[in-house]
Order: sequence, then structure tokens, then C-alpha cells
Amino acid sequence: MKNPEKKSKAADQFATGILYTVAGFFLFLLVAFTVYILIKGIATCRPEYLSFTGEGIGVQFFNTVYLVFLSLLISVPLGLAAGIYMAEYAGSGKMTYFLRICIETLASLPSIVVGLFGYLVFLVMTGAHWNLLAGALAVSILNLPSLTTVTQDALESLPKSLAEGSLGLGATHWQTIAGVLLPAAMPRIITGIVMAAGRSFGEAAALLFTSGMSSDVNFSNWNPLSPTSPLNVMRPADTLAVRIWALRTEGTEANAAQLSDLSSAVLILMVFVFSLGSRLLGNRLEQKMTGGRTEKEGNKKE
Amino acid sequence: MNKADRFRKETLGRSLVTLAGLFIILLTLTIGAFLVYRGSATFFVDKHNIFEFLFSSDWEPAQQGSGGKVGAAIFLVGSIFISGLALLIALPFSIAAAVFMTEISPNFGNMLLQPAIEIFVGIPSVVYGWVGLTVLVPWIAKVFSLAYGYSVLAGAIVLAVMIFPTITSVSADAIRSVPSEYREAAYSLGSTRWQMIYKVILPTAAPGILTGVVLGLARAFGEALAVSMVIGKMQAFPTSVLSPTTNLTAEITADMGNTTTGSEWNNAIWSMALLLFIISFLFILLIRLIGKVGNKTK
Repeated sequence: MKNPEKKSKAADQFATGILYTVAGFFLFLLVAFTVYILIKGIATCRPEYLSFTGEGIGVQFFNTVYLVFLSLLISVPLGLAAGIYMAEYAGSGKMTYFLRICIETLASLPSIVVGLFGYLVFLVMTGAHWNLLAGALAVSILNLPSLTTVTQDALESLPKSLAEGSLGLGATHWQTIAGVLLPAAMPRIITGIVMAAGRSFGEAAALLFTSGMSSDVNFSNWNPLSPTSPLNVMRPADTLAVRIWALRTEGTEANAAQLSDLSSAVLILMVFVFSLGSRLLGNRLEQKMTGGRTEKEGNKKE
Repeated sequence: MNKADRFRKETLGRSLVTLAGLFIILLTLTIGAFLVYRGSATFFVDKHNIFEFLFSSDWEPAQQGSGGKVGAAIFLVGSIFISGLALLIALPFSIAAAVFMTEISPNFGNMLLQPAIEIFVGIPSVVYGWVGLTVLVPWIAKVFSLAYGYSVLAGAIVLAVMIFPTITSVSADAIRSVPSEYREAAYSLGSTRWQMIYKVILPTAAPGILTGVVLGLARAFGEALAVSMVIGKMQAFPTSVLSPTTNLTAEITADMGNTTTGSEWNNAIWSMALLLFIISFLFILLIRLIGKVGNKTK
């Protein structure tokens, strides 16, 4: 009897050791990866690389922010509305089931396929040239399913008593949603939006054939209708991630590698900013919206 | 409540959000319809056999009109081979990490691993590709003394890093949802923690873990830029994990911009996009099926 017991204890310790090693390796990989990219990016950085000219990545940074902003402008209202529908109005019929499958299909679409679809519909069929708006629309398609799901989850995780209280006071279902449920779910929804923005920041495959791989911008021209104005949505615009790809595949510049290193470092930095930002913002809003009360009340009950 | 009041307080909002739901259905159907319309031209306009497309490796599509060969087997095999190998590399690590953060050290897991996973997921695929290209590819060339390091292995490692957070977080969710009575029962029968994990927790969480695996595979299959930066884009079947090859997404990204709309080459690339769409849809159905089976066994 003693031997098998010893054996399983040894196996337990061995397995625990392996699991600790894997977890440690995991963290090491992340730290090594990010530190490597950041150091390499900073080490090769020269002031002109940060400029808003062909030599720098300033234009691409502006394009990325602008494109993400435009795509959120389109996808956030749609995603919120669809999420509200799924959480509050959708029944359990076949239509809802089908809608759910549609959301999952959209969520799993390879971004290159979305890029091709965008190229066909927003460029070939409208006769337009590569433009920022087409890229923003393609990224919106990629964002839409996650924004819908996040809204739905946030609404569904609210306590039932919240809606009952409002309905009991005579509010309609919609008034309850707009006045009570949505504000209460906002912290989680905003976290979801920030995360979606972070993901769009590094998107490239969907943009190659929609917003194009180049830009021609004049930063002293702020008339949104002029073809070289940074604000014009119908101009071609390469983002940071697309720039890395373009430098790799057709880059002829001598400093292509350095620019890619720097762009990578900036993208990694943005990942950290968005990740931390969504966490902090989520906590902050949670406290503000609930007045920090939910936790105390929860404790009292227990 | 009179009619106008009712409209303002309920009907308007309800209609708007219902429209948004319908829009999503419409959008999905439109994407599907366009892909089917453009992707089927290879078969209906250029009169190619679907078996030729899937199983032949003769890839010489005509740049103008039709008359070439559109065997996409190399691309398909490349995609399957690289994704499969990536899964093989990522799976043990993912499950181990998921078990660690749920069963061994939830505190450490929540404080460090969970944020780390989020950051891994957030890193853009071109950055993975760029690091793969500048670090991994030369390293493989050096270690295996090859002329170039572009290989199936490089693609699989890059993909493994990319799908590993997906599989880990889905698996961790599945393990967390195993009722704690199961753990208590196993302990009270005298099992060690490890016995409890691999005899009780993992089998119970298996459907959830499988869902994570399928999600990871789906991501690997559809990933375009990172893979095509490191696999060498050579049009040949891979003879080993160290040989360069190409895949569906690499071919789409590389050549879509060079083709004229309506040419056989262009149509064949659309057929590949359609194939990717169908595969990702099949993955969704598979996940639904796993979910159903999982619910039944519970």
C-alpha cells in the first residue's frame, strides 16, 4: 500500500513542478518578447523617424488613430443596439438562434476575407480608389460581433431586481433599458469598446486592399474636402501595422528595418496603454456608477 | 398611454435595436453571398472541376481570361499542416497554463497570467510576423544549419504563440465551471491534487477545452500576415517541417493586388477566400456540436 501512495505523491509533485515551469515560461516569454521589441525600437529610433514626413511614422500614427476613431463611430452604435436587442428583446425562437450563428460567423471571419469583401464592395463596386473610409468600414465589420457580445453579456449579468424596480414604477421596457440598465452596464461596455479599439489599432490584413499601403498628406491643409488633407476620409491611408507589412514586402527605403522596429515598439506600447486603460477605466467607472456601494452591500448580506 | 406616447417610450427604441439585429443578419448573408458569387466563378465561368481545385497541385491560373490550371492543393495542405503543427505545439502549454491559473495558484493566475493573456491577444499579428522574421527565422537557419530559416516550423511557432492565449483562456473558463463538489469528492477519496486534475477536472472540462482548441484552430487557419512573413511562400508541398511552403492566406495577400478583376487568377483567389469562409463556418458548427454533446453528458 505504501508504494503506490508514494508514487502518486511523487507524481503530484512532479506535475506541480511542470505546471509552475509552464506558467513561469509563459510570463518569461511575454516579458522577453515585449522588452525586446521596445528596446530594439527605442535603440534604433532617431528624431526624424518620429516626424510627419515620408521618413517617419507620424503620418501612419495619425492615420491609425483616425481610422480606429472612424470605425468606432460606425460600429459602437450598431454593436450597442444589436447587443441590447439580443439581451432584452430577442426571444428564444429560430430567428434569434440564426442571429446568434450570424454573430459567431462574423466573429470568426478571417480578417483577410473581410478585407477582400471590403475591397469588392467599398472600392470595386463604388469605383472608388483606396480610402480611409473603406478601411474604417472593414474594421467596423471586424469589431461589430465583439461589441454586440460585450453589450449583451453586460446587460444579462445585471441583477434582475434592477429591471423589476424600474418596471414596477411604471416605466416601459425601453425606458428601463435606456434609463436604468444601460447606465448600469456602461462600465463593462466601455471596457469592451476600449479593448475593441486596441484590437483595431494593430489590424492590417483587412486594410491592405481597402485603405491602401500609402498616404500623401499635407499637415498644413485641414480642409476635409481637399485630397491631401489629413482629415479627408476618401484619401488612401496606411496605418502603422500596414506600414510594417509594406516595408517588409515592397520597402525600398534603406531604413526599412529600423522603421519596422520602431512601428512595432509603438504598437506594443499601444497594446499596453489600451490594456491598462480598459482595466483602470472599467474599475473607475464601476466605482463611480455604483458609488462603491455594491461591494459593501454584498458583504453585509453575507 | 396614448399611441404617440407609446411610440416615443417603447416602439421607437425597440424598432431601432431590432433593426440593428436584422442588420447583422443581413451583413452576414451579404458577405456570404458575395463570397459565393465571386468564389464560384472558378467553377461556373472558368469551368473548372471542384476536385481539381481541392486536390490538384497544378497552379497556373491565367492572368487574362481563362484556360489555366487552378489546383489549390498546395495552399490547402500548407494551411492544414501549419495550423495542425501550431496546435500540437500550443496545446500542451495552453492546458498546463489553464490548469495552473485555476487549480494550482488562482491568485498568481488572476494577478499575472490573466493580464498577460490579454496582452498576448492584443499584440498585432504583423508584430508577431516581424519578430518571427527578424529573430525566429535566422535562429532556425542557424540551429538546423539551413540556407534560409523560412519554414513550416517558423510559421507554426509564430501561430502557436498567437493561438495559445485563446486556447488558455477558453480552457480556464471551462475548468472554472467544473462544480467544486467534484474536487471535494476526489479529495475525500484520497486522491492527490494531480490525480484530481487529470482524472476528474480535465475529463469534465473536456468539451470546453475542445471548444478552445477549435477556436484556436480557426484563428490559426485564418491568420494571414504573420504566417506569410515567415513561411517562405514557396509553391511546393512541404517535405519536412523545415521546408518552406505557402498557404491559402499567404497566396491571397500576395497576389490579390496583382490580378485583374474577372480573370481566372482573380476568380481562383476568390474561391480560396470562399473556402476559408466555409471552413470558418464549419468550425462554428463544430463548436455548437461540441456544446450540445457537452450539455448532454452533464
